[in-house]
Amino acid sequence: MTLSRRDFMTVTGCAVAFSGLAALPAHASLVDEQIKAFTGGAEIGQGGIELDAPEIAENGNTVPINVSAPGAASIMLLASGNPVPSVATFNFGPLSGARAGSTRIRLIKTQDVVAIAKMEDGTFKMTQATVKVTIGGCGG
Amino acid sequence: MAKGVKPRVKVPKSASAGETITLKTLISHKMESGQRKDSDGNVIPRSIINRFTCDFDGQNVIDVTMEPAISTNPYFQFEAVVPSAGEFKFTWYDDDGSVYEKSKKIAVA
Amino acid sequence: MTIKKLLSATTLILVSSLANADEDANLYIEGEEMTVRAAAPAHMEELDEIFSGWVFRSDETQALQMDDFDNPAFVFVDQGIDLFSKVDGSEGKSCASCHENVEDFAGLRASMPRVEDGEVVSMEELVNGCRTERMGAEAWKWSSGSMTAITALIGLQSRGMPINVAIDGEAAAHWQAGKDIYYTRVGQLDMSCANCHEDNYGNMIRADHLSQGQINGFPTYRLKNAKLNSTHGRFKGCMKNIRATPYKEGSDEFKALELYLASRGNGLSVETPSIRN
Repeated sequence: MTLSRRDFMTVTGCAVAFSGLAALPAHASLVDEQIKAFTGGAEIGQGGIELDAPEIAENGNTVPINVSAPGAASIMLLASGNPVPSVATFNFGPLSGARAGSTRIRLIKTQDVVAIAKMEDGTFKMTQATVKVTIGGCGG
Repeated sequence: MAKGVKPRVKVPKSASAGETITLKTLISHKMESGQRKDSDGNVIPRSIINRFTCDFDGQNVIDVTMEPAISTNPYFQFEAVVPSAGEFKFTWYDDDGSVYEKSKKIAVA
Repeated sequence: MTIKKLLSATTLILVSSLANADEDANLYIEGEEMTVRAAAPAHMEELDEIFSGWVFRSDETQALQMDDFDNPAFVFVDQGIDLFSKVDGSEGKSCASCHENVEDFAGLRASMPRVEDGEVVSMEELVNGCRTERMGAEAWKWSSGSMTAITALIGLQSRGMPINVAIDGEAAAHWQAGKDIYYTRVGQLDMSCANCHEDNYGNMIRADHLSQGQINGFPTYRLKNAKLNSTHGRFKGCMKNIRATPYKEGSDEFKALELYLASRGNGLSVETPSIRN
């Protein structure tokens, strides 16, 4: 069997498209509910919040992430594709040195991790990052 | 109390007054998610640490609500302002009612 | 070309594009440089260079091993420190009753396993020998939490030292037995250790980046199960993956294989306790 670069690109494109479909949040409504509970239905802005997550997690069981939103009172993290989307909420106290935190989280499959900051002025900011969760060839 | 729970914290020995420092914490805990089943097909009940706090001489630095999606052996890194010499207190709250505490003093140079 | 063939071929190629390991990175732990690549030992006919499993890991996993606080294996090293001075057994002794300073074990991990009185002796057996013969305590299971915590603590004392296991003299026959196991195809998938870890290291097996199967970092904390894993426990996992019936932990077969594998890493630094996926 010979496989030309063109064949490869065509099929790879398909594979990527399919994996893209599979990555749609299965629990969109749960995520929406969580966001609504956090924001009280207020409008959510973009920008002013950064989420660092690996593009590809070597193992979904331990995925390092870092979130930062200067001026935030609290930041909620959601894993949109997990059976329970809630991950953690960082509430910053008076001696917080930066409205930022790092932790390690579990992701059951490829999905978007969502971070929403409640700012000290009562407004909300949101960002998200897609993390590909790979299935090891050698799980043993 | 869950078995073998051991907290670790990393706090600089000293800082200058008003300085912002990085703190790291790690605690050994299974963080059983409540999503897994045992070999008989029964759901293993959830057993996690559900809250972590850091205070400095009674003033709060960070208060984290934790869900089952936090990995086994929970790790946190965050920043704190050191107003003066004093003591950081780290507290983890277990689903089973256990509370794990660790304190670290910091000097102001 | 059928669609099926095309898809399977593409799967292989596609995943190789996902690799994001920096194979040229150097490992500094707490500022101390580790030897993660070295000239292959003279006995290895098929390879010129040996690599620590660390170089095949993703940037994020690599970073976890560079700082002893970020490395979650250290919660178990801490447990090992407590166990070291914990009295257990009928003689009222702890490890520390005889071995005052754990630091005195510097160098031991780098020379293990070794052959004594014609038998391969693994670190786990040294520990259990002390427990049953000197402390009057129960032997620990090979891959138990207590055992891996202690072997991690003892191994850590040799971190940065080059692996240097003896393969000559009375070790030779055991070493040859281990080599035979390494190159023998077994299981329903009919594969040997060499098929993955010698012929294909650096390539992807589905989404996994294959290493050389070096054991210089064991016991190792795996992100997969968030605990310390023993060498023999890992061997079992590999054998299950190729649909073979695993040998038992502590068996003559695994001890011989451990000796042979350790010798394939002669020259790499001890990285105990390492972080792997």
